[in-house]
Amino acid sequence: MGFSAPKSDLVPSELFSLEALKSRYNLDILIVAGFFIGFGTRYAGGCTSGHAITGLSNLQLPSLVAVIGFFIGGLLMTHLFFPLFFKT
Amino acid sequence: MKALKFLFTGIFFGIVLTKSQAVSWYRIVEMFRFESFHMYRIIGSAVVTGLILLQLSKKMNLKTTEGNPINLPEKAKKYKSALLGGTIFGLGWALAGACPGPIFILFGAGYYLICIIILSSILGTFVYGLVANRLP
Repeated sequence: MGFSAPKSDLVPSELFSLEALKSRYNLDILIVAGFFIGFGTRYAGGCTSGHAITGLSNLQLPSLVAVIGFFIGGLLMTHLFFPLFFKT
Repeated sequence: MKALKFLFTGIFFGIVLTKSQAVSWYRIVEMFRFESFHMYRIIGSAVVTGLILLQLSKKMNLKTTEGNPINLPEKAKKYKSALLGGTIFGLGWALAGACPGPIFILFGAGYYLICIIILSSILGTFVYGLVANRLP
């Protein structure tokens, strides 16, 4: 997919660099990603730490449902949308 | 001064997530591609630790520093919004390669462009507030 994975870096410079963000497309991707994170967290009533870690630790059934949702979204993104978004 | 304990907990959380590489974009994508067990081990061990400590604190009647019993609020039993919201969150989680904790940790680690994601996620929470009562 064109993302090299250097051991020392935490985010790909293909997306997170001033050079990459000269492209409106890459900027839009980050904005959409952030929007989904914020909107989804409020809608689901928690994020990874709230639902997956704390909620599951506290045996909350809604948290299990939310975590299943996290994975539906994450799998759709990496397997279905990534090949469409990042053509190389 | 009471706020200091939150500050220290936050700093500790940030160090743990950084050292465990849970803040890495590559680790998140790798998890969704099932290429490594790394993130599953982190989340799994966190859940097991939390489970044991929560049970112990109930059994031993442990109190918070203010003297209140340790009590986590029950999650609202809104299964439909948990699933739909969770799916939307998952799409963003995989695309950004970070969730709400790590976006701030990455900013602190010097990846300042992550502020685009911080700002747009705040916008997302705001828009949720506008449309919340029209959602299923």
